[in-house]
Amino acid sequence: MAEFNLPKNSRLTEGKAWPKPANAKNVTEFKIYRWNPDDTANPRTDTYYVDRDDCGPMVLDALIWIKNKVDPTLTFRRSCREGICGSCAMNMDGKNGLACTTGIDECGGTGKSAGKVAIYPLPHMPVVKDLVPDLTRFYAQHASIEPWLQTTTPAPEKEWRQAKDDREKLDGLYECILCACCSTSCPSYWWNGDRYLGPAALLQAYRWLIDSRDEATGERLDNLEDPFRLYRCHTIMNCANACPKGLNPAKAIAEVKKMMVARQV
Amino acid sequence: MAEVKPVARPLSPHLQIYRWSWTMAMSVAHRVTGSGLYLGTVLIAAWLVAAASGPAAFGTAQAIAGSFLGRLVLFLYSFSLIHHMLGGLRHFVWDMGKGYEPETRMKMAKFTLVGSVSLTVLVWIVALVLR
Repeated sequence: MAEFNLPKNSRLTEGKAWPKPANAKNVTEFKIYRWNPDDTANPRTDTYYVDRDDCGPMVLDALIWIKNKVDPTLTFRRSCREGICGSCAMNMDGKNGLACTTGIDECGGTGKSAGKVAIYPLPHMPVVKDLVPDLTRFYAQHASIEPWLQTTTPAPEKEWRQAKDDREKLDGLYECILCACCSTSCPSYWWNGDRYLGPAALLQAYRWLIDSRDEATGERLDNLEDPFRLYRCHTIMNCANACPKGLNPAKAIAEVKKMMVARQV
Repeated sequence: MAEVKPVARPLSPHLQIYRWSWTMAMSVAHRVTGSGLYLGTVLIAAWLVAAASGPAAFGTAQAIAGSFLGRLVLFLYSFSLIHHMLGGLRHFVWDMGKGYEPETRMKMAKFTLVGSVSLTVLVWIVALVLR
């Protein structure tokens, strides 16, 4: 049964407001999720003020600005700062995305929070510290679909060849950077993440299912034929709305479901 | 060596903070109207049982159905039926592997709401005129 409320130790409290930068003319307010494993306090939201004239345009720029100039304890993952490593995935302004490719001005907020930027870790995940979620299970699910080429025919002398048309079938799939934005945006994954594989792992499953060189299609489908692993997708579409690479996991899952039917007739 | 105590990690907020989209809202509505249909079917069964039990019981059932509260329940039931039907059609299109583009999926979700509200009102207007 879905648990809609947060457990007691996870309920948010109001944190502290950090000082505004002196002499700044162009200031944006950030509300950021904080949790420290070294004390027993509940998670809180701290308020920071960022001098926009001294800071780059992206949310990641603001986070680095805060860490450098206001609060060095603020913890988050980041690496490439150009949307290819997937490290800085988080929830900004109510939507999952990469902090490095999301503009501060894109996070408008509405109503009472207009002009403020709210930042949380990826939703419904165990928190390691501040904006860093524990992705262990997510990676284990990816591993469970065996994301590598499987063949029975002897390996050719050179490479496995693939026609141009067949190679094109991998477009929109191979670009996935495993940032977990899609899976952690999915309510079905929130409620059944222990048994439902989630959009990211299923998009990868489809990437190998339609690879013309792969010879384990039957086994791969057998592995997904399960009321939870595949069929917990209810086309809520949050995955496709969230993907920072513009991919469509929901469609990939639909294609897998079609393959399931096709092999039975 | 000091013993390392495992920390109970908090669960990051989810429903509390995620921004609603049309597709998410209509998915929830589909689930809610689906549950509504269970309830409505029980009411239909009760109405049929009353009809089979004789004129007195049927009269009572008709009086309840015709009261303001009865009509309100019937209105919500008819809305659930139509909303769930349009949602079902939307899922049928998706099961064919079509309608996944950003524009299309949002339009289909909006149509589910607009379509079901207008169809319900239309059904009731026709019903009240023909009565």
